[in-house]
Amino acid sequence: MRLTDAITGYRYPVMAIVSILHRISGVIMFVLLPFIIWMFDTSLSSEISFAHFTSVFTNGTGFIPGWFFKLIALALIWSYLQHLIAGVRHLWMDATHAVDLSFGRQSAIFTLAASVLLTLLLGAKLFFF
Amino acid sequence: MTPNYGSKRVVVGAHYGLRDWLSQRVTAALMTLFTLVLIIQVLLPSYARDSDGERIRDAAGNLQQIGGYDKWAGIFSPQWMKVLTFIVIVSLLYHVWVGMRDVLMDYVQPVGARLALQVFTIAWLVGCAGWAIQVLWRLS
Repeated sequence: MRLTDAITGYRYPVMAIVSILHRISGVIMFVLLPFIIWMFDTSLSSEISFAHFTSVFTNGTGFIPGWFFKLIALALIWSYLQHLIAGVRHLWMDATHAVDLSFGRQSAIFTLAASVLLTLLLGAKLFFF
Repeated sequence: MTPNYGSKRVVVGAHYGLRDWLSQRVTAALMTLFTLVLIIQVLLPSYARDSDGERIRDAAGNLQQIGGYDKWAGIFSPQWMKVLTFIVIVSLLYHVWVGMRDVLMDYVQPVGARLALQVFTIAWLVGCAGWAIQVLWRLS
């Protein structure tokens, strides 16, 4: 599936949607990589930086509110889950030669549903608990 | 050098297809393993340890459960976890390079723009990997 087709709204089978989302989620994580390392750094370096890390997500920093950071984290959570589950689907297909149409469609639907459900679950934890 | 003539002649391509296909899966498997190891450690309770790594007990013989920063930093402090995390950082570097290179080959046709973006990708990845490795070994 091509990127231009995704934007123009041409209807594609669900496997093609999983395919393009694999690329989109990968690029999102690539672009946000410095933010991921920043989280790794501030959460791990010291108790003071850990407190700053949690404060950025609850109180924000500068003119950027805390919910914005949570939203970015949520985008990363979805990207990671989508990429991971779609990747495991690839590995599974490689290992078992499960390449028929019905498995392709069902596992693609499972990939989309599982990543969205887990994102909602972790998003609820991130924003409300 | 392997012969490149007669029946041994390599006819087409740079032949990095299979190597990339395999490396993309090996690095993915390593990162998946790391994800599981990390999730398990986050979900399981952690206990305070002394400098020898032994769990500390109070006068009544009870273990002291820890959370927050102490638990999080404690997950990354053992040497085996540092080595595993280091392997994952290097795997990530290579995995993302192969993935981004494929994406750029498909969507960016002008040679100059593609080369510039590939150079940017390498710089971005090497910079991030260096930063992450520094964070890892700064931790006691």
